[in-house]
Amino acid sequence: MGDKTLLYGFYFLFFVIILYLLLFLLNPDKIYKSIHVVRNIVIQLLPVIFLVIFLMGVSNYFLKPKTVMKHLGEKSGVRGWIIAVSFGILSHGSMYLWYPLMKDLREHGMRTGLIAVFLYNRAVKIPLLPLMIYYFGIVFVIILTIYMILTSLVIGKTIEMIIKTPS
Amino acid sequence: MKNRDRRERVAVAFYKALKNFGTALPILLGVVLLIGLFKTYITIDMITYVFTGEPFRDTLIGSILGSILTGNPITSYIIGGELLKDGVSLSAVTAFIVAWVTVGVTQLPAEALFLGKKFALTRNLLSFIFAIIVSIATVLTLEVIT
Repeated sequence: MGDKTLLYGFYFLFFVIILYLLLFLLNPDKIYKSIHVVRNIVIQLLPVIFLVIFLMGVSNYFLKPKTVMKHLGEKSGVRGWIIAVSFGILSHGSMYLWYPLMKDLREHGMRTGLIAVFLYNRAVKIPLLPLMIYYFGIVFVIILTIYMILTSLVIGKTIEMIIKTPS
Repeated sequence: MKNRDRRERVAVAFYKALKNFGTALPILLGVVLLIGLFKTYITIDMITYVFTGEPFRDTLIGSILGSILTGNPITSYIIGGELLKDGVSLSAVTAFIVAWVTVGVTQLPAEALFLGKKFALTRNLLSFIFAIIVSIATVLTLEVIT
């Protein structure tokens, strides 16, 4: 799986680089701007990348399949859903940075529905709430946050019904 | 002896983490490069232009745009605020900011690669549909409360 991921990753990266080269021929200024944007994104992402690698290391060390199965596995029950919601809300950075950790945890026995719940709740970000309140008002933000947490559970359950086994 | 064992286990755990993350790097870099293109080529004016003024259609458009565009949620709040000022409906703006953070068309190749094609497609499709449902429910609840 690791080799396959790496190979597809390189194909994808190659395709994007070709796209950059083609667009560079059409409008070099825009591509310079894009590269500047990318540099800023990478600088912002670096602390989160270190955090994710650290968490992956910690989970490799402490979390044995038995532990993951107990807290996030098929029989984790309500506690599993609460952990996935909380972990999703508390996690930082872009969603795609968390895919490798989620893949690791699933291989250790994490329920597919809980992965979906975690990913959906990445949308609820406590540090950003004041800014959201500034733009849309506190009542709006409270209602939206409650609906989003509830929706994450519906999506988690629906995904488990659709995908019986990991694809 | 016990300490040496523990140190070795820690080293193995972090080596494995670095190796797994290293495997993810090309695709993550590809996603970041695509985001760079989106941010440069798509402006707020272009986004405002596609809204029609018809609430339900705009909610659908908001969800589609939020699914395609990507970046920090703060950017979606700022764009959302601008759209509201330009008279776009609250349900359309809500669908836009919800889809922005829950659906990821740009990240789809990475998600499919790590978590499976079926999982990625189902999760994104459900999140897209629920962005519309959540936005309508939020606005209706807001109207009832206030």
